Amino acid sequence: MNALLIAALLLVLLSVSYQMGWSRSRKLADTTGERLHSRPVYHGAFVAIWAILPALLVLGIWAIFSKSASEAYILSQLPPEVSTGPQGEMVGAIERVKSIANGFGVVGEADPTESAAASAYSQFRTLTTLVVIAVSAGLGVLGLFWAHSRVAHRFRARNSVETAVRIALIACSGIAILTTLGIALSLIADAVQFFSFVNPLDFFFGTVWNPRFQSTGADAVGQYGLLPLLWGTIMVSGIAMLVAIPVGLMSAIYLSQYADYRVRNVVKPIIEVLAGIPTIVYGFFALVTVGPFLTGIGNVFGLDIRATSALTAGIVMGIMIIPFISSLSEDILHQVPRAMRDGSLGLGATKSETIINVLVPAALPGIVGAVLLAVSRAIGETMIVVLAAGNSPVLRLNPAEPVSTVTVTIVNQLTGDADFTSPQSLVAFALGLTLFAMTLVLNVVALYIVRRFREQYE
Amino acid sequence: MDIVQDQTAAATVPGASTPAPAGEPAARVVTRDVSVFYGQKQALFDVSIDIPDRSVTSFIGPSGCGKSTFLRCINRMNDTIDGCRVSGIVELDGEDINRPDLDVVELRARVGMVFQKPNPFPKSIYQNVAYGPRIHGMTRNKAELDEIVVTSLKRAGLFEEVKDRLDQPGTGLSGGQQQRLCIARAIATRPEVLLMDEPCSALDPIATAIIEELIDELRENFTIVIVTHSMQQAARVSQKTAFFHLGKLIETGDTEQIFTNPRHEKTQDYITGRFG
Ligand SMILES: Nc1ncnc2c1ncn2[C@@H]1O[C@H](COP(=O)(O)OP(=O)(O)OP(=O)(O)O)[C@@H](O)[C@H]1O
Ligand SMILES: [Mg+2]
Repeated sequence: MNALLIAALLLVLLSVSYQMGWSRSRKLADTTGERLHSRPVYHGAFVAIWAILPALLVLGIWAIFSKSASEAYILSQLPPEVSTGPQGEMVGAIERVKSIANGFGVVGEADPTESAAASAYSQFRTLTTLVVIAVSAGLGVLGLFWAHSRVAHRFRARNSVETAVRIALIACSGIAILTTLGIALSLIADAVQFFSFVNPLDFFFGTVWNPRFQSTGADAVGQYGLLPLLWGTIMVSGIAMLVAIPVGLMSAIYLSQYADYRVRNVVKPIIEVLAGIPTIVYGFFALVTVGPFLTGIGNVFGLDIRATSALTAGIVMGIMIIPFISSLSEDILHQVPRAMRDGSLGLGATKSETIINVLVPAALPGIVGAVLLAVSRAIGETMIVVLAAGNSPVLRLNPAEPVSTVTVTIVNQLTGDADFTSPQSLVAFALGLTLFAMTLVLNVVALYIVRRFREQYE
Repeated sequence: MDIVQDQTAAATVPGASTPAPAGEPAARVVTRDVSVFYGQKQALFDVSIDIPDRSVTSFIGPSGCGKSTFLRCINRMNDTIDGCRVSGIVELDGEDINRPDLDVVELRARVGMVFQKPNPFPKSIYQNVAYGPRIHGMTRNKAELDEIVVTSLKRAGLFEEVKDRLDQPGTGLSGGQQQRLCIARAIATRPEVLLMDEPCSALDPIATAIIEELIDELRENFTIVIVTHSMQQAARVSQKTAFFHLGKLIETGDTEQIFTNPRHEKTQDYITGRFG
């Protein structure tokens, strides 16, 4: 209700201020006949920005502080022994007062002091909301008039609006960066706690993974060697890429250069369906169909291929990833200017020579991007590996044997009833951090490849 | 392919230096009733022309009249355009180039093309010029390839400007430089017939003079077709001129005759600048 009201008020402010700026500059131009520096839309936008920004600022500040302010107020209305009492009881009391004030009611009889506090809080809330809205509207109107008074012939409203747009864009990309930073920091915080139990060297270079759970032996911390898991991840994703890159790239080339557009319009969506199948379905496809099939093939050649192995998981994961590579690469190949293709064909190059020598190099930055996206996807994939890789965190070189990966181990470590203070569950954060770092490094490497290539070819 | 004759030696081939032969030279490219459709829209109407060997033929006509479209019929580049259909007969040395079993790759190696818009590859300048010789296996070693690249660039009048940066991307050159790079790239494959679509549109007078000299030189051994919007250029470099208007070939004849004594009123109007 309140939110709706505020939004409506803001919209009114926005349109009124825009209209005022617009019409004033219009009138200026009409009466004097002199040319304005900026078109009326820019004057309108300028006034609107200055009206809406202060209002939003006030509302934003209130949104940040309203919770702590109202809690402090409730506390001041409750008897003093509550605020000096234990933390848990205090929070509980505050929540009860809020519930009463909101009309939800509480378990058991409401204490008279609580009821009194609730009604006082109700009033307080109404009052502050009104005050905040008034202040925000007041500042908005002030801003409006200030900006309105600046509208003049030579006033450079366009430049100001461009600056505002730029700042807004920067803020938006800032959100993405801040989120990444936040995730990294929270991972690091927990990982540091883990490293207070386990030496980082033992973690990063240990070859044995055996995180004894507390139930089996209270004193045991266990062994947390990362290498078996890391190797599992690398092997499974590597096999997946060996499947996905050639198949994906070739189908992209076929679709963009050879196929009739009718074929393309049918085949492309079908390939993209592969990306939409839930990974758990891939998981039991691997478990039930691909694993036994590989074992059968292995028997024919006298090889011992286990049904659940890095090979099974990798192949199925590769199939899952094909559309990431084929679809993106196809779009990119399609965008290579046809003049470039014609230039090569005109010199008497065959279609495949043209593709290899001109099209793929021209599209390479995009293709590298597509492959990278696929690799990141493979490294982070969990469900297929849980079901099909055998979940055996032992360092083995043979891809036909079961393995375990970093992601699977994170799941294993967090789906117990261990609390979040034991090394057994904290290790999940160290593992998560490792994954994070891996994808980061991959991205940097790919950027480097793309840049080097660009220097050569642009 | 029998186009191994060395270009540098070409200038000294006895008898080759005689200008436009006295009699009618043999026709190299012959077309009969060629029509081209882009989807439903017809862009060319029954074009029949004989393009003589060892001479320069220029195509002139207002913008959009179908000069580039017709040029693309001669090396079958219209194949690469979706929805483009060509009817009629196009013969190169008496051979129908539209017959199904013809190898277009070989055809395009024999009939080179300089496109209207410069389209260098996103490769180095060197690689751009070496591209054709490389895919056709024209050289046995690096030295021979270097030789071809350097002579081609020199003949296109670009070498002096780029000799210090052959490893720099060709796409980083200026528009006129790119145009000359594309000319160098086309002549590096030593085509027998060279189709040039407005090869001097972005060039200054000096570079234009170099290209015209090159055309004059190439004419001694090859067949050249040039599309141009400059009447002076057509008059300077070509022996034959064809005038196109609204997809139809209006008039064709000796350049001198077209420019001094056109048979057709439309031709007259066009060359005197009464319409464009
Ligand atoms: N790819 C295409 N798809 C559809 N129509 C086309 C295509 N290319 C050319 N046309 C049409 O065919 C006609 C002839 O075009 P063309 O490019 O041959 O003209 P031009 O004589 O070379 O003109 P200019 O001197 O401007 O280069 C034009 O009307 C043009 O719109
Ligand atoms: Mg043209």
